[in-house]
Amino acid sequence: MRIELEKRPKVSTLFSVLSPFIAFALTIVFGGIMFALLGKNPVTALYSFFVEPLSEVWSLHELAIKAAPLILIGVGLSVCFRSNNWNIGAEGQFIMGAIAGSILPVVFYDWQSPVVLPLMMLFGMIGGALFAAVPAFLKAHMNTNEILTSLMLVYVAQLFLDWLVRGPWRNPQGMNFPETRTFGADAILPEMIASGRTHWGFAFAIVAAVLVWFMMRYTLRGFEITVLGQSARAGRFAGFSSRKMIWFSMLFSGALAGLAGIAEVSGAIQQLRPVISPGYGFTAIIVAFLGRLNPLGIVAAGLVLALTYLGGEAAQLSIGVSERVTRVFQGLLLFFVLSCDTLIHYRIRLVWERFAATKTEEAH
Amino acid sequence: MPVKGQTASGPLLAVSNLTKLFGSFTACNAINLQIEPGEIHALLGENGAGKSTLVKMLFGVLAPTAGEIAWNGEIVRITSPSDARKLGIGMVFQHFSLFEALTVAENIALSMDRNVSLARVAEEASHLSRVYGLPLDPKAHVADLSVGERQRIEIVRALLQNPQLIILDEPTSVLTPQEADRLFETLFKLKSEGRSVLYISHRLEEVQRLCDRATVLRHGRVTGACDPRAETPASLARMMVGSEVAVVTPEGTNTRGDVQLEARHLSVPARTPFAVSLKNICLKVRAGEVLAIAGVAGNGQSELFDALSGEYPVADDKAIQIRRNPVGSRNINARRLMGAGFVPEERHGHAAVSTLSLSDNLVLARNQSDRRAFLGGGFLKIIRQGAVKAATKRVAEAMDVRKSGEDPPAGSLSGGNLQKFIVGRELDRQPAVLVVNQPTWGVDAGAASRIRQALVDLAKAGSAVLVISQDLDEIFEVATEIAVISEGRLSDPYPARELSREKIGLLMGGMYGKTEGAGAAHAH
Ligand SMILES: Nc1ncnc2c1ncn2[C@@H]1O[C@H](COP(=O)(O)OP(=O)(O)OP(=O)(O)O)[C@@H](O)[C@H]1O
Ligand SMILES: [Mg+2]
Repeated sequence: MRIELEKRPKVSTLFSVLSPFIAFALTIVFGGIMFALLGKNPVTALYSFFVEPLSEVWSLHELAIKAAPLILIGVGLSVCFRSNNWNIGAEGQFIMGAIAGSILPVVFYDWQSPVVLPLMMLFGMIGGALFAAVPAFLKAHMNTNEILTSLMLVYVAQLFLDWLVRGPWRNPQGMNFPETRTFGADAILPEMIASGRTHWGFAFAIVAAVLVWFMMRYTLRGFEITVLGQSARAGRFAGFSSRKMIWFSMLFSGALAGLAGIAEVSGAIQQLRPVISPGYGFTAIIVAFLGRLNPLGIVAAGLVLALTYLGGEAAQLSIGVSERVTRVFQGLLLFFVLSCDTLIHYRIRLVWERFAATKTEEAH
Repeated sequence: MPVKGQTASGPLLAVSNLTKLFGSFTACNAINLQIEPGEIHALLGENGAGKSTLVKMLFGVLAPTAGEIAWNGEIVRITSPSDARKLGIGMVFQHFSLFEALTVAENIALSMDRNVSLARVAEEASHLSRVYGLPLDPKAHVADLSVGERQRIEIVRALLQNPQLIILDEPTSVLTPQEADRLFETLFKLKSEGRSVLYISHRLEEVQRLCDRATVLRHGRVTGACDPRAETPASLARMMVGSEVAVVTPEGTNTRGDVQLEARHLSVPARTPFAVSLKNICLKVRAGEVLAIAGVAGNGQSELFDALSGEYPVADDKAIQIRRNPVGSRNINARRLMGAGFVPEERHGHAAVSTLSLSDNLVLARNQSDRRAFLGGGFLKIIRQGAVKAATKRVAEAMDVRKSGEDPPAGSLSGGNLQKFIVGRELDRQPAVLVVNQPTWGVDAGAASRIRQALVDLAKAGSAVLVISQDLDEIFEVATEIAVISEGRLSDPYPARELSREKIGLLMGGMYGKTEGAGAAHAH
């Protein structure tokens, strides 16, 4: 037996619109089944996972804090993915951005000035972009596969951070904990609203989403990204260069991931530690696809995925399941988003025949 | 090979009131059609008449909106190509679906609904290709094959299913005359076995040679049926278009101006293992001239186009000159800014992006040459949709592009209409130099004459036009000078009036004594 995908004669617009919602509903159904198999009441479990975190002001702030990096990275990735460049290493660029942005508050901790914070953000973007420049260079000039190179560089970044905070950047007054010094007041991204912890990283994310939406919709640059993503040959005919687009899209998404990294460190953690991200760079890939690579859709998708992080923590506290259910939910969601999209364009056909006598031979 | 389960009388296929709507646009309107066993039936109609839409419904690629299909007298529903194949319908699409990196046998095996060993596939395929005179090497890689050979793979692939009806959608528009002759022999053989053929073509001479009956479509309706042998090409064309087809009036007395496009000793190494290298090409096109480059496909035409257009610039700046500016190393937009326009051969994915709207496809070719009109907002380069839409409308009206909406995606236009748009997009700029590769493949007689007339008129108005084509009729209609390309070399140009078809044939084959054998091998 084998399974064949057969292109549908017509793609339903209704289902194209509904697809993310169907995927979300299926995730909830299967999540419920999973809780039931774990011996928990699925209704209360799902309630504590998806609803409780939304019921209080402080947890809404947590939601915004978690959504900020997801949106920021996801928006950058949407540009990459639309132009047919597959940057899978945003997690590494996030970390490198955080490290580059932390040079001032960690190494030059004496320097107090209002320009420190803007410089940190700038360094963060440069750090992320430079780290993304490695796979960009390898793809544009050596013809390597950017999926592999960018992914492998994530581990380089993680180990580099680990080495830094245990070695040269370790806080001398920190009782040997693997941490840097905590940032000075001038190096901390302030809160946006008086009612809670949400820092300006969330504003960065919204601004980035709106700007990228504008770029994709109205400008020649957005047009170039779309054309090159659809057909490199037609792009060449239009006078656009795929090679420059590799550079642009990789550096752009790297810079946004780097900004997300330094904003997270400066706004939420306020020092460097061996682990600064619960996988934001990977989760942002789900965010980008759930948001259909549309920057405004990505804002919504970022909030949904942020909820899975909060839900995981909440479920751990209230019903005592492992925090890893977060990953399971994210995996389910990505799986259903992609399969819904596939089934909108194709239908499945099972072929049972095996070594059937050929018709031509019958005829001889 | 006998035909399976055939009923004694009655039509093989009967279509009644078959209708297809795209939104509110009616592509096929209550079509009735009957195909008898053992006949070659022509389906004629101008671009956008609904021919491809009709046969796609017969093959299960599109779902009909209304109407019925009867097969051997029984009403059937065909919801997928595999349904169609099971009934006994085979189809050869105009755009092949082959994997270039795989061998012939592997490509055939991929399309089969059953698991068979490769050796078996190869054996069956070579058996069929012997019986039907379709020489094929099952072990050859598709990338190494000519268009005609690739088409043979598609035909053998269809024949392996032992079909009673074979549908061919514009099979000869990409073939050389010799390859077409071979195809006709195969079709006659199929007919003699009692199989039926549904044949779509814009070439009326071959329809007369081949077909027993013809059905004519216009604007999605059947407007006539006839015996093509009792008609003349002109009367057939009139039935299709509904009016007389204009005869292209060539130059007459164009005043010749300065050299506008020139290649000097242009040599380009092959970019891929399957490409042809260009060898020391020299050409000059003056204002007022139409230089046509004849030749069998695959002799360096697309490589020459790539070099002239600047999609793949060359190292030597002086090797290519546009209006006396050396531009060899400049890119395509720099050349456009000097007044040149380009129309590539492949419509989908090169000249146009199928999923984007026509107005976006206008921006595709003119984002720099018309940036004053189309871009605003300074460095932001915001696309002015209003101006672009107006220009799109202008182009569509000037070239009579039939489309199913104000600004539909390029992929929804019929082949010929998209071609009219792509040519019109350049003509609208009044370029001083126009380079066109295969201007009218797959274009109906009316539209082809319109495009050719536009090229002639452009030259008359003082532009230099270079046309690369393998259609000799077209070349004699438009050209003032003719040169022939063979294996990446270009012959000297000859004034069109002094050149006969025989002479061109000689130039194509054995222009350079030593390459005679290779030239013949290329002609397949
Ligand atoms: N997917 C689609 N969506 C909307 N309109 C379509 C679609 N496919 C075809 N059409 C429209 O239906 C009409 C008929 O198209 P079709 O491809 O059948 O023409 P055709 O007779 O094969 O022409 P040609 O000789 O140029 O190939 C055209 O006007 C085309 O714009
Ligand atoms: Mg067609």
